[in-house]
Amino acid sequence: MKNIKFMIVGVLFGIILVKSEVISWFRIQEMFRLQAFHMYGIIGSAIVVGIIAIQLIKHFQLKTINKEPIIIPEKKFHWGNVYGGLIFGLGWAITGACPGPLFAEIGSGFGVILATLLSAIAGTWIYGLVREKLPH
Amino acid sequence: MDIIKQPWPWYIAGPIIGLTVPALLLLGNKAFGISSSLRHICAACVPSHISFFKYDWKKESWNLFFVLGIVIGGFIATLFLSDPGAANINQDTIRSLKHEGVRDFSGLLPQDVFSFKQLFTLRGFVFMVLGGFLVGFGTRYAGGCTSGHAIMGISSLQWPSLVATCCFMIGGFAMTWFILPYLLKL
Repeated sequence: MKNIKFMIVGVLFGIILVKSEVISWFRIQEMFRLQAFHMYGIIGSAIVVGIIAIQLIKHFQLKTINKEPIIIPEKKFHWGNVYGGLIFGLGWAITGACPGPLFAEIGSGFGVILATLLSAIAGTWIYGLVREKLPH
Repeated sequence: MDIIKQPWPWYIAGPIIGLTVPALLLLGNKAFGISSSLRHICAACVPSHISFFKYDWKKESWNLFFVLGIVIGGFIATLFLSDPGAANINQDTIRSLKHEGVRDFSGLLPQDVFSFKQLFTLRGFVFMVLGGFLVGFGTRYAGGCTSGHAIMGISSLQWPSLVATCCFMIGGFAMTWFILPYLLKL
């Protein structure tokens, strides 16, 4: 089961999301109302650590545990980054959760958030259905 | 144990979240990103001849194991590593939310907005169902969410991810400041 290791990383990630209250609707409100540094500190320091880690990986040309060269997928700009980004932002402030916290909230016992997750899956499905008609 | 059971500060949580990026790369060349899992679920369960869902999702199944792990992590953290209680948020936020009509501040989510009882009210439907739809539609349209763009994308210095992240924030500010007060009154 080569995927178990990714599940373990997910478990640790889920624990962090709960313990730092990232899954709290109130924390997201506080962030968007500019009334606390907490969420900015979390996202900001995660990015700083991520930048340093990727620079180290590139500098030392580190390989995966299976000795493969590490490839970082390129993100090409399209207007979906803007339009989709704005739409996601609207939803993020309503639900108080991006996709990661949705999963963590369900695990934390907020069963009703399963409805939100199913609706998010439906949103992704509708995007797949209409994407050729959308500006990108 | 007391320290573990208290909420963890940003300077502990943020760097550990950041370490997810190299962890997934080193363990198997996986780019950190969570909203993709929603696409894989569509591809696995309801592809419906839509070209966007016709790909070998099994090759991406690591992502489904990852999000399953997040569910389990949420369970473990809540059951064994937490003292139940309210999030320790700014009093100003509480004051404005009370003013806008939120009544319950006893947990991580307001029960008077997010609960099975509220699901079939207009307000509950907007917050849980419509909100979720916007998250799922928007993230896929944007090509990623907070993890894929804000953390993985910016960490690898890709400017489209910075654009997307700025748009996430603009959308969130617009909703919180201009629309949410009306939605809370529904």
